[in-house]
Amino acid sequence: MSVVLWGVLPYLAIVTLVGGTIWRYRYDQFGWTTRSSQLYESRLLRIGSPLFHFGLVFVIVGHIGGLVIPMSWTEAVGITQEQYHAVALSVGGVAGFCTLVGIAILVYRRRRTGPVFMATTKNDKLMYVVLVGAIVLGLWATLAGATAGHEGNYRETVSPWFRSIFVLQPDVASMAAAPLPFQIHTLTGLALIAIFPFTRLVHAFTAPLHYLFRPYIVYRSRDARPTPGASAPRRGWDPVGTRDRDR
Amino acid sequence: MRVMAQMAMVMNLDKCIGCHTCSVTCKQAWTNRAGVEYVWFNNVETRPGQGYPRRYEDQETWRGGWTLNKRGRLALKAGGRVKKLLTIFASPVQPKLEDYYEPWTYDYETLVDAPLGDDFPVARPKSLITGEDTKIRWSANWDDDLGGVTEAGHLDPMVEKVRAESEDRIRFEFERTFMMYLPRICEHCLNPSCMASCPSGAIYKRAEDGIVLVDQDRCRGWRQCVTGCPYKKIYFNHKTGKAEKCTFCYPRIEVGLPTVCSETCVGRLRYIGLVLYDADRVTAAASVKDERALYEAQLDLMLDPNDPTVVAAAREQGIPQDWLDAAVRSPVYALAKTYRVALPLHPEYRTMPMVWYVPPLSPVVDLLREQGHDAEDHGNLFGAIEALRIPVEYLASLFSAGDTEVVTGVLRRLAAMRAYLRGITLEDDAVEAVPRSVGMTGTTMYAMYRLLAIAKYADRYVIPKAHEERGHELEELGCSLDYDEGPGMYESAAFGEASGRPVPVAVETFHALKQRQTSEGIAPSESMRGRVNLLNWDGVGTPPGLFPEHHAGDAPGEAAP
Ligand code: HEM
Ligand code: SF4
Ligand code: SF4
Repeated sequence: MSVVLWGVLPYLAIVTLVGGTIWRYRYDQFGWTTRSSQLYESRLLRIGSPLFHFGLVFVIVGHIGGLVIPMSWTEAVGITQEQYHAVALSVGGVAGFCTLVGIAILVYRRRRTGPVFMATTKNDKLMYVVLVGAIVLGLWATLAGATAGHEGNYRETVSPWFRSIFVLQPDVASMAAAPLPFQIHTLTGLALIAIFPFTRLVHAFTAPLHYLFRPYIVYRSRDARPTPGASAPRRGWDPVGTRDRDR
Repeated sequence: MRVMAQMAMVMNLDKCIGCHTCSVTCKQAWTNRAGVEYVWFNNVETRPGQGYPRRYEDQETWRGGWTLNKRGRLALKAGGRVKKLLTIFASPVQPKLEDYYEPWTYDYETLVDAPLGDDFPVARPKSLITGEDTKIRWSANWDDDLGGVTEAGHLDPMVEKVRAESEDRIRFEFERTFMMYLPRICEHCLNPSCMASCPSGAIYKRAEDGIVLVDQDRCRGWRQCVTGCPYKKIYFNHKTGKAEKCTFCYPRIEVGLPTVCSETCVGRLRYIGLVLYDADRVTAAASVKDERALYEAQLDLMLDPNDPTVVAAAREQGIPQDWLDAAVRSPVYALAKTYRVALPLHPEYRTMPMVWYVPPLSPVVDLLREQGHDAEDHGNLFGAIEALRIPVEYLASLFSAGDTEVVTGVLRRLAAMRAYLRGITLEDDAVEAVPRSVGMTGTTMYAMYRLLAIAKYADRYVIPKAHEERGHELEELGCSLDYDEGPGMYESAAFGEASGRPVPVAVETFHALKQRQTSEGIAPSESMRGRVNLLNWDGVGTPPGLFPEHHAGDAPGEAAP
């Protein structure tokens, strides 16, 4: 059982993430968008979306820091376990809380604003369940870990396992020894990774950092080749009407 | 000098009757889809009026276009690159649907389905956004023909501005009201701020003809371009999550046909032609310090197609000869630069717009006539242009960043043309003093009259075709033999008609499209190669094209049953 959960599932998730992203990039450029809903509603979005996204940036940085950098390294530069945890818990807790409040506002907005709810697809709903699940369980694991003392040190259980995945020798035993909250959070995280390429979340992969460097005016020749994965000409639109809302 | 060609348009506002035909045909052609119900690539606004979306010209609110920063450099009004990225999660200034209007349809079904009864069934308005019953409160043309101007006239940002400057002189008392129509499309700017605002770089200007397009496959829905465009001519498709804009009907332009809005214009007031400009000097021209000098700077960018150095430089850039010929005959160049009667809309946004307007003289003429004067006499007209400060100031706030002298100059030339031509037609007497009073000769004035008043189809639209010999390489991915009338041209792929690699538009439809759209009758079947109409087939024999042509080496008769 442990082997399936911690030795096989992570690879399945990674394969779907990579394979799915490549597939989507090649075949669905037209669907690759944030699907912004600001046209419908702006007031709540202007609070919720930045709160969520900026919180999330810190959370992601924190995850990388906690999972990738081995404990021995931080100890080698003289950071004790207590200091590390104090910082991780305060910064991570605040960031996690912002993310949670942000997404709560976003979900409330999705449900309660008529046009936004109309524009929410089944795909979005599934994505929100997994995303909210991952965030809530993550906060829960953090809090539970903080109160549990030494046993809650994920840097001795989850992190070695995480790194071991990438050297293709999954350290199933250490993950199996992790506390339950961490295990559940990790599983939802894997689910999120697996569905990521098939949802609107792909917009994160095309975060437009190159905007900082490109020239303002873009000239392009009429005979420029289509972008890789440009959609073949097909009907990319629906007729006007209220009926098409049913779909 | 880097010479580039630009497709540009002129609209002669005196002739616009505000019928909205252009908007409707454009909508039918381009935006009759879900997600763009509220989108009007072409709209016609009554001025004074709020425009579409409401008050879009108020850049203190909407922050579109460019400004000069403290160091005098050109900068996006909505903020630089870093600021844009930091506020990308929720755009700080974006028009909401209520600034446009909530599109609706009617519940027509109840008219048919309602059970028999004493009452007439009614079709209630339904929102196209929520699908619920809705109350219609506003639309794209709610203030058409000055509707509600007594209540909302002061909301026109240009009225606000002129009023502030002239202490309340624009009044809307009925007898003193003036009115005009302003049809608007995307300006296909030389220095587009929509493009500069796009984080993905998905908006581009075509190097060949300057048409500004959104690459639907590269747009990621960051919706910054909507803020960036000061004319609010980029719209967000709320279904696909991608930005869309006027395409200058490029598939028509490529085969030498005018845009749909131009072709269907009832007043025949639109002109399309090429302009050559110096791309290297665009930024400098847009950075001129004085807003009122922007119009001259923009004219300065337009190169004289008769100048041999320009022609040589253009050839060097690979602009083909027939395009250079078209540039010489361009009505846009003539009206904007030679006669100087067409003005850009809001040059102060610094985007170097490429749709030009001949401002209307008719408010002045109408007023004179109502007051019992001879409205064709140039003396009276000149006097009236000077006296009627208000229309002139208002026009100047639209077309010359408030410089009334520019507008007065144009109106005087138009007035002189009227008087000069009346002399010729009624009294058979060309008074050369009239054109000379506005710095023109009789001959140029007559040529201008031909272009503005007679406006033959061939004079209004001088559109060189996209290059066929280049067209083949264009949308082409693979071996050109497959397409160029070559063996594989009309074969179906393994999974039926629509499968396999798409046949490039350029090759498959170029001739057929042109023929079908320009000929009176039905296009000959030869031009519809690959499309056999089976309804006309009597079952005897095999009409050409029913089967792929025999390849060399095939045994005759083998493939045909
Ligand atoms: C750093 C790169 C990212 C950028 C620039 C970005 C930007 C955006 C933008 C512009 C929107 C549209 C907001 C609107 O107008 O409706 C959006 C929505 C959203 N983003 Fe991101 N995002 C990024 C990363 C992420 C990540 C990593 C996630 C989650 C794993 C995420 C989750 C979401 C969700 C759930 C929405 C939908 C919000 C709603 O409308 O309910 N984003 N993002
Ligand atoms: S008018 Fe057209 S080209 Fe100019 S900024 Fe707006 S959308 Fe871009
Ligand atoms: S079709 Fe021509 S006359 Fe009618 S509103 Fe449009 S521009 Fe004006």
